[in-house]
Amino acid sequence: MHTNLSVGFKSGSRKLAAKYFTVAIILFGAQLIMGLIAAIQFIDPGFLFGIFDFNISRTIHLNALIVWMLYAMIGSVYYMLPDETGIETVGLKLGTLAFWILTAAVTVVVLVFAFIQIGPGSQMSIWFINEGREYIEAPRWADIGIVVVVLIFYSNVLLTYLKSKQRTGIMAVLVADLFALVGLYLAGMFYTDNISVDQYWWWWVIHLWVEATWEVFVGALAAYALIQIIGANRKIVEMWLWIEVLTLFGSGILGLGHHYFWIGTPEYWWEIGALFSSLEPVPLIAMFVHVLYDWGKKQGYLNGQNAGQAIKSTIKNTPAMSWIVVNAFGNFLGAGIWGFFHTLPQVNIYTHGTQFTAAHGHLAFYGAYATILVGMMYIAIQKYYGLERLVSTTKTKLGIALTTFGVLGMTIALTIAGYEQVLVERAELGGGWQAYFTAQALPWFTQAMDWRLIMGVVTCIGFVYLVIDLMTIGKNANAQAKIKQANI
Amino acid sequence: MDEQQPNSVWTSNSFWKRSAGWVTGFAVVLLMFLTFDTMTQITMGTDQDLKDGITKRVPAATVINYQIGYKMDYSRGHEMPVIGKPELFFGKTWSVKEANQLLNLGKLTEQSKDCMNCHTLLGNGAYYAPDLTKAWLDPMWKKGGVMQLMTHTKTKEEAMAAFLQYPVKYAIHVRKMPNLKITAKEAQGLVALLKQMSSIDTNGFPRGFSRNVQDFKQGVSNAH
Repeated sequence: MHTNLSVGFKSGSRKLAAKYFTVAIILFGAQLIMGLIAAIQFIDPGFLFGIFDFNISRTIHLNALIVWMLYAMIGSVYYMLPDETGIETVGLKLGTLAFWILTAAVTVVVLVFAFIQIGPGSQMSIWFINEGREYIEAPRWADIGIVVVVLIFYSNVLLTYLKSKQRTGIMAVLVADLFALVGLYLAGMFYTDNISVDQYWWWWVIHLWVEATWEVFVGALAAYALIQIIGANRKIVEMWLWIEVLTLFGSGILGLGHHYFWIGTPEYWWEIGALFSSLEPVPLIAMFVHVLYDWGKKQGYLNGQNAGQAIKSTIKNTPAMSWIVVNAFGNFLGAGIWGFFHTLPQVNIYTHGTQFTAAHGHLAFYGAYATILVGMMYIAIQKYYGLERLVSTTKTKLGIALTTFGVLGMTIALTIAGYEQVLVERAELGGGWQAYFTAQALPWFTQAMDWRLIMGVVTCIGFVYLVIDLMTIGKNANAQAKIKQANI
Repeated sequence: MDEQQPNSVWTSNSFWKRSAGWVTGFAVVLLMFLTFDTMTQITMGTDQDLKDGITKRVPAATVINYQIGYKMDYSRGHEMPVIGKPELFFGKTWSVKEANQLLNLGKLTEQSKDCMNCHTLLGNGAYYAPDLTKAWLDPMWKKGGVMQLMTHTKTKEEAMAAFLQYPVKYAIHVRKMPNLKITAKEAQGLVALLKQMSSIDTNGFPRGFSRNVQDFKQGVSNAH
């Protein structure tokens, strides 16, 4: 039997989690601001030209995204450790020190990206300014720093797991998955003048993170969240989790092949990549079904018990549950469907390197990762204030509706832009300089870019509601609960 | 409930756990095997390979001393790079050591200037500027083409190097490349990188490269 230790926020692990969540939200904001700048530059190329060029706004847009998600992931693990292990997390002093070192390093990297931007063609630039490889632009000194900090985090998780007498399936998956996640970062930490070899290993980090280890991580978070929010049966949840691990790793690891169609690697990656990446949506459907099934089953059970009485919701935290349901949809739609759109080599030869990829990227990162990590923040808020129930406010609903609508809108706009590029730039004109600019100038493309900016602004408004809600929902609910108690 | 034996293997957590382990292990082993094979195939060729006419997926840096084409191969069903006769690059033939150093400088410069966050290389990167995979073969740079006329240069490599150093001066679109303070030597390195990249066998990507651009510019129609 697994017992849940109700440690609330007396746990130092949870206090550390709150720190990670706070920085995550700040970086999320930075990501959106950089996205807006980049979106404006597509419409007005003179905007900040020569001061803050597109490559800089995009570099920070991507890096803020990756880093805020890593922060929120680390925060989520520190948050759930006391529940999953039944004991206080080991090595919290070192963990807190690691948090400050990481935050200082991230700040320096962002400032260097923003103000120094680029360097001369030398190893010095790669070590201290910008590595110039999409998603992992952080200079080498920061890479090493990140590895050290993440190893501290990992050893805390591992030691806590080993010290605890309680061995949950969720923890077993997390301990194995985080090991792979940390180890894979090393594959991106070397220089080569062979661009094919460079991109081969670069994809080991990017793909094996976002299409394998991060997805398994999300599976573990969803399992934990369902137990916490609707009191789902742990045994069933963990069975689903193992099935997800099987199907995610079974498809995702060799699905890596869909990045090896055109970078100089042999033709057999067409078959390997096409086959395994086509299977990648399968676990995402399973995760989707699993969340809704568990929810429906629990609610139905409660309804049956409460026959003739006022029927209560089984959901103890409606904001978190809403975000997790959006996650189930968004992961399947963004990662599964939008990924499958262009995963076959026969299609990808035309879509590769167009806005199609950007469309997929936006919906997948939001749907698969941003949503569940925000959900975890709401779970943390409920515990922080010791609330039995946390109910969505108008701001919660506006936050979730506007960000989701905005990201979906950007995705559709970018899909249309990508489709136009595929047809005009690639199929009709065969790629190249003239073909590229011809396609970029056509109304189908420019209108799509306008809509992308509009939908980006919608996303930002949603984000503002989200931040206000995260800052106020717990406090307000707590005050109301006290008034109720006083009246009784 | 939790302690009971499951009635069926399909609802047994330990069955799924073991299966997950086996499937993941199998995928990792296969990936390792394919990685070893791919690495042997994409390791850069040698200067001797080029002299002997041996085709490598990623040719040596001294490929900059040869003409490069991109031709349809009907047995493979797509275009592939064709390495032709020797030609001068920036007015000279580069030794193995010189070519390696130049390519290395080009790759370092490409990373240091964050090229990949506007352009795509081998199709990967950002979508704010043209794909550079086969930029060396782009008709824009050919003899008598726009870029050579504008930069007052006589060769493709000189035109490219001039543009890279003064992108704002030689801009022809509203969406300009910014001045990245690229030195003359770095520009040569970047052009070497672009030329070597165009010789990589990318399994036919991009397909039909710049094929119809000439027709398009002349307003050719098939209607009659």
